[in-house]
Amino acid sequence: MRNLTLPLSDEAIRELQVGDPVALSGVMVTGRDAVHKWLIETFIKKTRSPQGDDQVVYEAIRPLLAGSAIYHCGPVVAGLETQQYRFVAAGPTTSTREEPYQGEVMRHFNIKAVIGKGGMGPKTLAACETGPGVYLHAIGGAASLIAQTVEKVLGVYKLDFGVPEAMWVIQVRNFPAVVTMDAHGHSLHAEVESRSKTELERLLAA
Amino acid sequence: MRDLTETLVEFIRRTSTDLPPDVEQALTGARDREAPGSAARGALEAILQNVALSRRNSTPICQDTGTPIFYVHYPAGWSTRQLREQIRAAVIQATKRSYLRPNAVDALTEKNSGNNLGDAAFPTIHFEEIEGDELSVDLLLKGGGCENVGAQYSLPNSALGAGRDLAGVRKVVLEAAHKAQGQGCAPGILGVAIGGDRGSAYSASKEVLFRQMEAINPDPQLAALETRLTDETNQLGIGPMGFGGQTTVLGVKMTSMHRLPASFFVTVSYMCWADRRRRMVVRGDEVLYD
Repeated sequence: MRNLTLPLSDEAIRELQVGDPVALSGVMVTGRDAVHKWLIETFIKKTRSPQGDDQVVYEAIRPLLAGSAIYHCGPVVAGLETQQYRFVAAGPTTSTREEPYQGEVMRHFNIKAVIGKGGMGPKTLAACETGPGVYLHAIGGAASLIAQTVEKVLGVYKLDFGVPEAMWVIQVRNFPAVVTMDAHGHSLHAEVESRSKTELERLLAA
Repeated sequence: MRDLTETLVEFIRRTSTDLPPDVEQALTGARDREAPGSAARGALEAILQNVALSRRNSTPICQDTGTPIFYVHYPAGWSTRQLREQIRAAVIQATKRSYLRPNAVDALTEKNSGNNLGDAAFPTIHFEEIEGDELSVDLLLKGGGCENVGAQYSLPNSALGAGRDLAGVRKVVLEAAHKAQGQGCAPGILGVAIGGDRGSAYSASKEVLFRQMEAINPDPQLAALETRLTDETNQLGIGPMGFGGQTTVLGVKMTSMHRLPASFFVTVSYMCWADRRRRMVVRGDEVLYD
Protein backbone atom coordinates (compact mmCIF):
# COMPACT_ATOMS: atom_id res chain seq x y z
CA MET A 1 0.00 0.00 0.00
CA ARG A 2 1.35 3.34 -1.08
CA ASN A 3 0.36 6.40 0.98
CA LEU A 4 -0.35 9.50 -1.08
CA THR A 5 -0.94 13.01 0.19
CA LEU A 6 -3.03 15.48 -1.78
CA PRO A 7 -2.11 17.64 -3.64
CA LEU A 8 0.13 15.32 -5.67
CA SER A 9 3.47 16.14 -7.26
CA ASP A 10 4.23 15.12 -10.86
CA GLU A 11 7.00 12.93 -9.50
CA ALA A 12 4.63 11.03 -7.19
CA ILE A 13 2.22 10.52 -10.10
CA ARG A 14 4.91 9.14 -12.43
CA GLU A 15 5.96 6.60 -9.82
CA LEU A 16 2.51 5.02 -9.85
CA GLN A 17 1.88 1.91 -11.94
CA VAL A 18 -1.26 0.04 -12.87
CA GLY A 19 -2.10 -2.39 -10.07
CA ASP A 20 -0.66 -0.32 -7.20
CA PRO A 21 -2.97 -0.09 -4.19
CA VAL A 22 -2.96 3.42 -2.70
CA ALA A 23 -4.30 5.23 0.37
CA LEU A 24 -5.09 8.91 -0.18
CA SER A 25 -5.10 11.62 2.46
CA GLY A 26 -5.91 15.30 2.07
CA VAL A 27 -8.61 17.40 0.43
CA MET A 28 -10.54 16.30 -2.66
CA VAL A 29 -13.73 17.40 -4.39
CA THR A 30 -16.64 15.29 -5.63
CA GLY A 31 -18.01 15.95 -9.11
CA ARG A 32 -20.01 13.83 -11.52
CA ASP A 33 -22.40 14.19 -14.44
CA ALA A 34 -23.97 17.61 -13.84
CA VAL A 35 -20.66 19.14 -12.70
CA HIS A 36 -18.70 17.97 -15.74
CA LYS A 37 -21.34 19.21 -18.18
CA TRP A 38 -21.55 22.55 -16.35
CA LEU A 39 -17.76 23.03 -16.28
CA ILE A 40 -17.35 22.24 -19.97
CA GLU A 41 -20.23 24.39 -21.18
CA THR A 42 -19.62 27.37 -18.91
CA PHE A 43 -15.84 27.64 -18.51
CA ILE A 44 -14.08 25.45 -21.06
CA LYS A 45 -16.11 25.53 -24.31
CA LYS A 46 -18.00 28.64 -23.12
CA THR A 47 -21.16 27.79 -25.02
CA ARG A 48 -23.18 29.08 -22.07
CA SER A 49 -22.51 32.25 -20.09
CA PRO A 50 -21.98 32.10 -16.33
CA GLN A 51 -25.16 32.60 -14.31
CA GLY A 52 -26.00 33.01 -10.63
CA ASP A 53 -23.06 31.94 -8.48
CA ASP A 54 -21.24 30.19 -11.37
CA GLN A 55 -18.23 32.52 -11.43
CA VAL A 56 -17.87 32.58 -7.64
CA VAL A 57 -17.95 28.78 -7.48
CA TYR A 58 -15.42 28.54 -10.31
CA GLU A 59 -12.95 30.80 -8.46
CA ALA A 60 -13.47 28.79 -5.26
CA ILE A 61 -12.93 25.34 -6.76
CA ARG A 62 -9.92 26.22 -8.94
CA PRO A 63 -7.37 26.21 -6.10
CA LEU A 64 -9.02 23.13 -4.56
CA LEU A 65 -8.74 21.09 -7.76
CA ALA A 66 -5.23 22.22 -8.76
CA GLY A 67 -2.88 19.29 -8.24
CA SER A 68 -5.59 17.37 -6.45
CA ALA A 69 -8.30 14.81 -7.14
CA ILE A 70 -11.86 14.81 -8.41
CA TYR A 71 -14.03 12.02 -7.08
CA HIS A 72 -16.93 10.64 -9.13
CA CYS A 73 -19.30 10.18 -6.24
CA GLY A 74 -22.88 11.00 -5.30
CA PRO A 75 -22.90 10.51 -1.53
CA VAL A 76 -25.58 9.97 1.08
CA VAL A 77 -25.13 12.94 3.40
CA ALA A 78 -26.60 13.41 6.88
CA GLY A 79 -27.17 16.79 8.48
CA LEU A 80 -28.74 18.48 5.47
CA GLU A 81 -31.21 20.40 7.62
CA THR A 82 -28.64 21.71 10.09
CA GLN A 83 -25.80 22.03 7.54
CA GLN A 84 -23.65 19.94 9.90
CA TYR A 85 -22.80 17.67 6.99
CA ARG A 86 -21.54 14.15 7.50
CA PHE A 87 -20.87 11.51 4.80
CA VAL A 88 -22.84 8.36 5.55
CA ALA A 89 -22.27 6.39 2.33
CA ALA A 90 -19.86 7.47 -0.37
CA GLY A 91 -18.74 4.87 -2.91
CA PRO A 92 -17.74 5.75 -6.47
CA THR A 93 -20.11 6.09 -9.42
CA THR A 94 -19.41 4.79 -12.96
CA SER A 95 -16.77 7.04 -14.52
CA THR A 96 -17.22 6.30 -18.20
CA ARG A 97 -20.07 8.80 -18.48
CA GLU A 98 -17.49 11.57 -17.96
CA GLU A 99 -15.22 10.27 -20.73
CA PRO A 100 -16.30 12.98 -23.22
CA TYR A 101 -15.35 15.71 -20.72
CA GLN A 102 -12.71 14.39 -18.33
CA GLY A 103 -9.50 15.03 -20.27
CA GLU A 104 -10.34 18.67 -20.90
CA VAL A 105 -11.44 19.19 -17.31
CA MET A 106 -8.18 17.65 -16.07
CA ARG A 107 -6.10 19.96 -18.27
CA HIS A 108 -8.12 23.08 -17.46
CA PHE A 109 -7.85 22.65 -13.67
CA ASN A 110 -4.56 20.70 -13.52
CA ILE A 111 -6.31 17.79 -11.84
CA LYS A 112 -3.84 14.99 -11.07
CA ALA A 113 -6.11 12.16 -10.03
CA VAL A 114 -9.53 11.06 -11.15
CA ILE A 115 -11.24 8.67 -8.74
CA GLY A 116 -14.22 6.55 -9.73
CA LYS A 117 -15.14 3.07 -10.84
CA GLY A 118 -15.25 1.10 -14.05
CA GLY A 119 -12.35 2.95 -15.67
CA MET A 120 -12.26 5.44 -18.54
CA GLY A 121 -11.35 5.51 -22.21
CA PRO A 122 -8.58 6.71 -24.53
CA LYS A 123 -9.20 10.47 -24.14
CA THR A 124 -8.71 10.31 -20.39
CA LEU A 125 -5.76 7.95 -20.76
CA ALA A 126 -4.12 10.49 -23.10
CA ALA A 127 -4.73 13.26 -20.54
CA CYS A 128 -3.09 11.04 -17.89
CA GLU A 129 0.01 10.66 -20.09
CA THR A 130 0.43 14.37 -20.76
CA GLY A 131 -0.72 15.62 -17.34
CA PRO A 132 0.76 13.58 -15.82
CA GLY A 133 -2.26 12.10 -14.09
CA VAL A 134 -3.76 8.84 -12.90
CA TYR A 135 -7.11 7.13 -12.68
CA LEU A 136 -7.74 5.58 -9.29
CA HIS A 137 -10.36 2.86 -8.97
CA ALA A 138 -12.31 2.85 -5.72
CA ILE A 139 -14.35 -0.21 -4.77
CA GLY A 140 -17.84 0.15 -6.22
CA GLY A 141 -20.53 -0.26 -3.62
CA ALA A 142 -18.15 -0.09 -0.65
CA ALA A 143 -19.99 3.01 0.48
CA SER A 144 -19.98 2.69 4.27
CA LEU A 145 -16.31 1.70 4.28
CA ILE A 146 -15.25 4.65 2.13
CA ALA A 147 -17.45 7.10 4.07
CA GLN A 148 -15.42 6.21 7.17
CA THR A 149 -12.32 7.64 5.53
CA VAL A 150 -14.04 11.01 5.10
CA GLU A 151 -12.93 12.86 8.22
CA LYS A 152 -14.66 16.11 7.50
CA VAL A 153 -16.95 17.80 5.01
CA LEU A 154 -15.30 21.17 4.47
CA GLY A 155 -18.02 22.64 2.29
CA VAL A 156 -20.37 22.16 -0.62
CA TYR A 157 -20.91 23.97 -3.92
CA LYS A 158 -23.81 23.70 -6.34
CA LEU A 159 -26.11 21.99 -3.91
CA ASP A 160 -28.90 23.10 -6.25
CA PHE A 161 -27.72 20.29 -8.58
CA GLY A 162 -29.06 17.93 -5.87
CA VAL A 163 -27.20 16.06 -3.11
CA PRO A 164 -25.69 13.38 -5.40
CA GLU A 165 -24.60 15.89 -8.07
CA ALA A 166 -23.21 18.69 -5.86
CA MET A 167 -19.49 19.38 -5.40
CA TRP A 168 -18.62 18.27 -1.90
CA VAL A 169 -15.23 19.37 -0.57
CA ILE A 170 -14.00 16.61 1.70
CA GLN A 171 -10.98 15.89 3.83
CA VAL A 172 -10.08 12.22 3.68
CA ARG A 173 -7.65 9.98 5.51
CA ASN A 174 -6.44 6.70 4.00
CA PHE A 175 -9.05 6.62 1.27
CA PRO A 176 -8.45 3.23 -0.45
CA ALA A 177 -8.12 2.84 -4.23
CA VAL A 178 -6.17 0.97 -6.90
CA VAL A 179 -4.29 2.56 -9.82
CA THR A 180 -5.96 1.20 -12.95
CA MET A 181 -4.76 3.84 -15.47
CA ASP A 182 -1.31 5.33 -15.08
CA ALA A 183 0.73 8.15 -16.60
CA HIS A 184 2.68 5.70 -18.77
CA GLY A 185 -0.17 4.82 -21.12
CA HIS A 186 -1.24 1.64 -19.32
CA SER A 187 -4.88 0.86 -18.64
CA LEU A 188 -5.99 -2.25 -16.77
CA HIS A 189 -9.46 -1.70 -18.27
CA ALA A 190 -8.19 -1.82 -21.84
CA GLU A 191 -6.23 -5.00 -21.03
CA VAL A 192 -9.17 -6.78 -19.36
CA GLU A 193 -11.50 -5.68 -22.17
CA SER A 194 -9.19 -7.09 -24.80
CA ARG A 195 -8.49 -10.38 -22.99
CA SER A 196 -12.18 -10.95 -22.26
CA LYS A 197 -13.02 -10.19 -25.90
CA THR A 198 -10.77 -13.06 -26.98
CA GLU A 199 -12.55 -15.36 -24.51
CA LEU A 200 -15.94 -14.16 -25.75
CA GLU A 201 -15.04 -14.93 -29.35
CA ARG A 202 -13.85 -18.40 -28.33
CA LEU A 203 -17.14 -19.06 -26.51
CA LEU A 204 -19.27 -17.72 -29.38
CA ALA A 205 -17.46 -19.97 -31.84
CA ALA A 206 -17.91 -23.06 -29.62
CA MET B 1 -56.94 -0.06 7.58
CA ARG B 2 -53.71 -0.53 9.51
CA ASP B 3 -50.96 2.07 9.03
CA LEU B 4 -47.78 0.27 7.93
CA THR B 5 -45.64 3.39 7.42
CA GLU B 6 -43.19 2.85 10.33
CA THR B 7 -43.00 -0.86 9.55
CA LEU B 8 -42.09 0.00 5.97
CA VAL B 9 -39.38 2.47 7.08
CA GLU B 10 -37.78 -0.35 9.08
CA PHE B 11 -38.14 -2.64 6.06
CA ILE B 12 -36.36 -0.10 3.84
CA ARG B 13 -33.61 0.29 6.47
CA ARG B 14 -32.99 -3.45 6.48
CA THR B 15 -32.97 -3.66 2.71
CA SER B 16 -30.52 -0.79 2.27
CA THR B 17 -28.13 -1.69 5.08
CA ASP B 18 -28.26 -5.48 5.54
CA LEU B 19 -27.25 -7.62 2.55
CA PRO B 20 -29.19 -10.93 2.30
CA PRO B 21 -27.18 -13.86 3.76
CA ASP B 22 -27.22 -15.91 0.55
CA VAL B 23 -25.60 -13.05 -1.39
CA GLU B 24 -22.99 -12.51 1.31
CA GLN B 25 -22.21 -16.21 1.27
CA ALA B 26 -21.76 -16.15 -2.52
CA LEU B 27 -19.38 -13.19 -2.15
CA THR B 28 -17.40 -15.02 0.54
CA GLY B 29 -17.03 -18.02 -1.78
CA ALA B 30 -15.89 -15.69 -4.58
CA ARG B 31 -13.28 -14.09 -2.33
CA ASP B 32 -11.83 -17.48 -1.43
CA ARG B 33 -11.43 -18.36 -5.12
CA GLU B 34 -9.30 -15.29 -5.94
CA ALA B 35 -5.51 -15.45 -5.62
CA PRO B 36 -4.13 -14.04 -2.36
CA GLY B 37 -2.74 -10.54 -2.89
CA SER B 38 -4.60 -9.98 -6.17
CA ALA B 39 -6.60 -6.81 -6.85
CA ALA B 40 -9.67 -9.02 -7.31
CA ARG B 41 -9.29 -10.52 -3.85
CA GLY B 42 -8.62 -7.10 -2.35
CA ALA B 43 -11.85 -5.81 -3.91
CA LEU B 44 -13.90 -8.67 -2.48
CA GLU B 45 -12.29 -8.27 0.94
CA ALA B 46 -13.26 -4.58 0.93
CA ILE B 47 -16.77 -5.50 -0.22
CA LEU B 48 -17.21 -8.00 2.64
CA GLN B 49 -15.83 -5.53 5.19
CA ASN B 50 -18.27 -2.97 3.87
CA VAL B 51 -21.18 -5.41 4.16
CA ALA B 52 -20.35 -6.07 7.83
CA LEU B 53 -19.85 -2.38 8.58
CA SER B 54 -23.12 -1.35 6.93
CA ARG B 55 -25.03 -3.93 8.94
CA ARG B 56 -23.38 -2.85 12.20
CA ASN B 57 -23.87 0.89 11.67
CA SER B 58 -27.18 0.83 9.77
CA THR B 59 -25.66 2.77 6.90
CA PRO B 60 -26.41 2.12 3.22
CA ILE B 61 -24.29 -0.66 1.70
CA CYS B 62 -24.07 1.46 -1.45
CA GLN B 63 -24.75 5.18 -1.70
CA ASP B 64 -26.78 4.55 -4.84
CA THR B 65 -29.96 3.23 -3.31
CA GLY B 66 -31.48 3.14 -6.77
CA THR B 67 -35.11 3.20 -7.72
CA PRO B 68 -36.96 1.48 -4.88
CA ILE B 69 -38.98 -1.27 -6.59
CA PHE B 70 -41.82 -2.67 -4.47
CA TYR B 71 -43.98 -5.71 -5.13
CA VAL B 72 -47.01 -5.83 -2.84
CA HIS B 73 -49.13 -8.99 -2.63
CA TYR B 74 -52.24 -8.21 -0.62
CA PRO B 75 -55.30 -10.16 0.47
CA ALA B 76 -58.78 -8.73 -0.17
CA GLY B 77 -59.69 -5.89 2.13
CA TRP B 78 -56.56 -3.77 1.80
CA SER B 79 -56.69 -0.45 -0.02
CA THR B 80 -53.94 -0.14 -2.63
CA ARG B 81 -54.47 3.62 -2.66
CA GLN B 82 -53.68 3.80 1.07
CA LEU B 83 -50.82 1.32 0.78
CA ARG B 84 -49.30 3.47 -1.96
CA GLU B 85 -49.55 6.55 0.27
CA GLN B 86 -47.90 4.66 3.13
CA ILE B 87 -45.06 3.40 0.94
CA ARG B 88 -44.44 6.91 -0.38
CA ALA B 89 -44.50 8.32 3.18
CA ALA B 90 -42.05 5.60 4.28
CA VAL B 91 -39.70 6.44 1.39
CA ILE B 92 -39.66 10.11 2.46
CA GLN B 93 -38.92 9.11 6.04
CA ALA B 94 -36.18 6.62 5.05
CA THR B 95 -34.56 9.34 2.96
CA LYS B 96 -34.61 11.76 5.92
CA ARG B 97 -32.92 9.10 8.05
CA SER B 98 -30.20 8.58 5.40
CA TYR B 99 -31.20 5.00 4.56
CA LEU B 100 -31.91 6.18 1.04
CA ARG B 101 -30.26 8.82 -1.12
CA PRO B 102 -32.57 11.38 -2.73
CA ASN B 103 -32.56 9.93 -6.24
CA ALA B 104 -35.59 11.24 -8.14
CA VAL B 105 -34.44 13.70 -10.81
CA ASP B 106 -36.89 15.44 -13.17
CA ALA B 107 -35.64 14.57 -16.65
CA LEU B 108 -36.64 17.94 -18.10
CA THR B 109 -35.88 20.46 -15.36
CA GLU B 110 -32.95 18.43 -13.88
CA LYS B 111 -34.33 19.16 -10.40
CA ASN B 112 -33.85 16.51 -7.74
CA SER B 113 -37.08 16.33 -5.73
CA GLY B 114 -35.00 15.90 -2.57
CA ASN B 115 -37.36 13.40 -0.94
CA ASN B 116 -37.11 10.47 -3.38
CA LEU B 117 -40.61 10.92 -4.73
CA GLY B 118 -41.02 11.42 -8.43
CA ASP B 119 -43.87 10.53 -10.73
CA ALA B 120 -46.13 7.49 -10.35
CA ALA B 121 -43.22 5.19 -11.28
CA PHE B 122 -40.81 6.57 -8.65
CA PRO B 123 -40.77 4.64 -6.41
CA THR B 124 -42.07 1.77 -8.54
CA ILE B 125 -44.90 -0.10 -6.83
CA HIS B 126 -46.58 -3.22 -8.23
CA PHE B 127 -49.77 -4.47 -6.61
CA GLU B 128 -51.34 -7.88 -6.91
CA GLU B 129 -54.30 -9.24 -4.97
CA ILE B 130 -53.83 -12.76 -3.65
CA GLU B 131 -55.81 -15.33 -1.74
CA GLY B 132 -55.26 -15.95 1.97
CA ASP B 133 -54.73 -13.45 4.76
CA GLU B 134 -51.02 -12.56 4.54
CA LEU B 135 -49.73 -9.36 3.01
CA SER B 136 -46.19 -9.46 1.68
CA VAL B 137 -43.92 -6.75 0.36
CA ASP B 138 -40.77 -7.42 -1.64
CA LEU B 139 -38.29 -4.63 -2.22
CA LEU B 140 -35.36 -4.36 -4.60
CA LEU B 141 -32.92 -1.45 -4.47
CA LYS B 142 -31.19 -1.41 -7.85
CA GLY B 143 -28.67 1.34 -8.48
CA GLY B 144 -28.09 3.28 -11.68
CA GLY B 145 -24.63 1.90 -12.48
CA CYS B 146 -25.94 -1.62 -13.00
CA GLU B 147 -29.21 -0.40 -14.49
CA ASN B 148 -27.21 1.33 -17.22
CA VAL B 149 -25.56 -1.91 -18.39
CA GLY B 150 -28.83 -3.78 -18.88
CA ALA B 151 -29.47 -4.82 -22.49
CA GLN B 152 -32.22 -6.05 -24.75
CA TYR B 153 -31.63 -8.11 -27.89
CA SER B 154 -34.00 -8.93 -30.71
CA LEU B 155 -33.31 -12.35 -32.21
CA PRO B 156 -32.08 -13.33 -34.71
CA ASN B 157 -28.88 -11.32 -34.26
CA SER B 158 -26.65 -11.92 -37.26
CA ALA B 159 -23.61 -10.10 -35.83
CA LEU B 160 -23.43 -12.71 -33.05
CA GLY B 161 -24.79 -15.60 -35.08
CA ALA B 162 -27.62 -15.89 -32.57
CA GLY B 163 -30.80 -17.59 -33.75
CA ARG B 164 -34.23 -17.83 -32.16
CA ASP B 165 -33.46 -20.62 -29.72
CA LEU B 166 -31.66 -21.22 -26.43
CA ALA B 167 -28.31 -21.40 -28.23
CA GLY B 168 -28.99 -17.88 -29.50
CA VAL B 169 -30.04 -16.77 -26.02
CA ARG B 170 -26.72 -18.04 -24.65
CA LYS B 171 -24.75 -16.00 -27.18
CA VAL B 172 -26.44 -12.67 -26.52
CA VAL B 173 -26.26 -13.09 -22.75
CA LEU B 174 -22.51 -13.69 -23.03
CA GLU B 175 -22.19 -10.58 -25.16
CA ALA B 176 -24.17 -8.51 -22.66
CA ALA B 177 -21.89 -9.71 -19.85
CA HIS B 178 -18.82 -8.82 -21.91
CA LYS B 179 -20.13 -5.37 -22.74
CA ALA B 180 -20.90 -4.68 -19.08
CA GLN B 181 -17.26 -5.40 -18.09
CA GLY B 182 -16.91 -4.27 -14.45
CA GLN B 183 -19.21 -1.25 -14.92
CA GLY B 184 -22.23 -2.77 -13.22
CA CYS B 185 -20.19 -3.48 -10.08
CA ALA B 186 -19.08 -7.04 -10.76
CA PRO B 187 -19.48 -9.72 -9.58
CA GLY B 188 -23.19 -9.23 -10.15
CA ILE B 189 -26.21 -11.36 -10.91
CA LEU B 190 -27.80 -11.51 -14.37
CA GLY B 191 -31.59 -11.55 -14.59
CA VAL B 192 -32.65 -12.80 -18.02
CA ALA B 193 -36.14 -12.82 -19.56
CA ILE B 194 -36.71 -14.76 -22.77
CA GLY B 195 -39.73 -13.57 -24.77
CA GLY B 196 -42.31 -11.00 -23.71
CA ASP B 197 -42.45 -7.55 -25.23
CA ARG B 198 -39.93 -4.78 -24.65
CA GLY B 199 -41.72 -3.52 -21.52
CA SER B 200 -42.94 -6.72 -19.86
CA ALA B 201 -39.58 -8.41 -20.44
CA TYR B 202 -37.58 -5.76 -18.61
CA SER B 203 -39.92 -6.08 -15.60
CA ALA B 204 -39.63 -9.87 -15.67
CA SER B 205 -35.82 -9.70 -15.92
CA LYS B 206 -35.85 -7.82 -12.60
CA GLU B 207 -38.45 -10.04 -10.94
CA VAL B 208 -36.18 -13.11 -11.32
CA LEU B 209 -33.60 -11.27 -9.22
CA PHE B 210 -35.79 -11.90 -6.16
CA ARG B 211 -34.92 -15.62 -6.35
CA GLN B 212 -32.44 -16.99 -3.83
CA MET B 213 -28.88 -17.51 -5.06
CA GLU B 214 -29.00 -21.28 -4.56
CA ALA B 215 -32.55 -21.72 -5.97
CA ILE B 216 -32.66 -24.10 -8.91
CA ASN B 217 -34.78 -23.05 -11.87
CA PRO B 218 -37.96 -25.18 -12.04
CA ASP B 219 -37.48 -25.55 -15.81
CA PRO B 220 -34.69 -28.10 -16.39
CA GLN B 221 -33.58 -26.49 -19.67
CA LEU B 222 -33.27 -23.10 -18.03
CA ALA B 223 -31.63 -24.62 -14.95
CA ALA B 224 -28.94 -26.12 -17.20
CA LEU B 225 -28.49 -22.88 -19.11
CA GLU B 226 -28.19 -20.84 -15.89
CA THR B 227 -25.36 -23.09 -14.71
CA ARG B 228 -23.64 -23.04 -18.08
CA LEU B 229 -23.90 -19.26 -18.44
CA THR B 230 -22.59 -18.66 -14.92
CA ASP B 231 -19.58 -20.82 -15.71
CA GLU B 232 -18.96 -19.33 -19.16
CA THR B 233 -19.40 -15.73 -18.04
CA ASN B 234 -16.76 -16.40 -15.41
CA GLN B 235 -14.47 -17.73 -18.14
CA LEU B 236 -14.47 -14.20 -19.60
CA GLY B 237 -12.12 -13.33 -16.74
CA ILE B 238 -13.48 -9.81 -16.18
CA GLY B 239 -13.48 -10.42 -12.45
CA PRO B 240 -14.54 -8.36 -9.44
CA MET B 241 -14.76 -4.63 -10.35
CA GLY B 242 -13.38 -5.54 -13.78
CA PHE B 243 -9.90 -6.02 -12.26
CA GLY B 244 -9.58 -9.45 -13.88
CA GLY B 245 -10.26 -12.60 -11.87
CA GLN B 246 -12.23 -15.78 -11.37
CA THR B 247 -15.67 -14.41 -10.60
CA THR B 248 -17.44 -12.09 -13.02
CA VAL B 249 -20.97 -13.07 -11.97
CA LEU B 250 -22.31 -14.72 -8.83
CA GLY B 251 -25.15 -16.28 -10.78
CA VAL B 252 -27.61 -16.12 -13.66
CA LYS B 253 -31.39 -16.25 -13.13
CA MET B 254 -33.67 -16.88 -16.09
CA THR B 255 -37.35 -16.87 -16.91
CA SER B 256 -39.35 -17.36 -20.08
CA MET B 257 -42.51 -15.60 -21.23
CA HIS B 258 -44.94 -15.82 -24.09
CA ARG B 259 -43.95 -13.75 -27.09
CA LEU B 260 -45.51 -12.51 -30.30
CA PRO B 261 -44.81 -14.61 -33.40
CA ALA B 262 -42.73 -11.75 -34.83
CA SER B 263 -40.74 -10.92 -31.69
CA PHE B 264 -38.04 -12.85 -29.84
CA PHE B 265 -36.53 -10.60 -27.20
CA VAL B 266 -33.81 -11.55 -24.79
CA THR B 267 -33.66 -9.04 -21.97
CA VAL B 268 -30.82 -8.84 -19.48
CA SER B 269 -30.94 -6.90 -16.23
CA TYR B 270 -27.63 -6.69 -14.42
CA MET B 271 -27.83 -6.57 -10.63
CA CYS B 272 -24.68 -5.35 -8.88
CA TRP B 273 -23.06 -7.43 -6.13
CA ALA B 274 -24.97 -5.23 -3.64
CA ASP B 275 -28.10 -7.25 -4.38
CA ARG B 276 -30.39 -5.50 -1.93
CA ARG B 277 -33.62 -7.48 -1.92
CA ARG B 278 -35.77 -8.23 1.09
CA ARG B 279 -39.27 -9.39 2.00
CA MET B 280 -41.61 -8.50 4.81
CA VAL B 281 -44.83 -10.29 5.69
CA VAL B 282 -47.77 -8.93 7.66
CA ARG B 283 -49.77 -11.69 9.32
CA GLY B 284 -52.50 -10.37 11.62
CA ASP B 285 -50.74 -8.11 14.13
CA GLU B 286 -47.38 -9.69 13.43
CA VAL B 287 -44.73 -8.32 11.07
CA LEU B 288 -42.00 -10.67 9.90
CA TYR B 289 -38.81 -9.52 8.16
CA ASP B 290 -36.77 -12.14 6.30
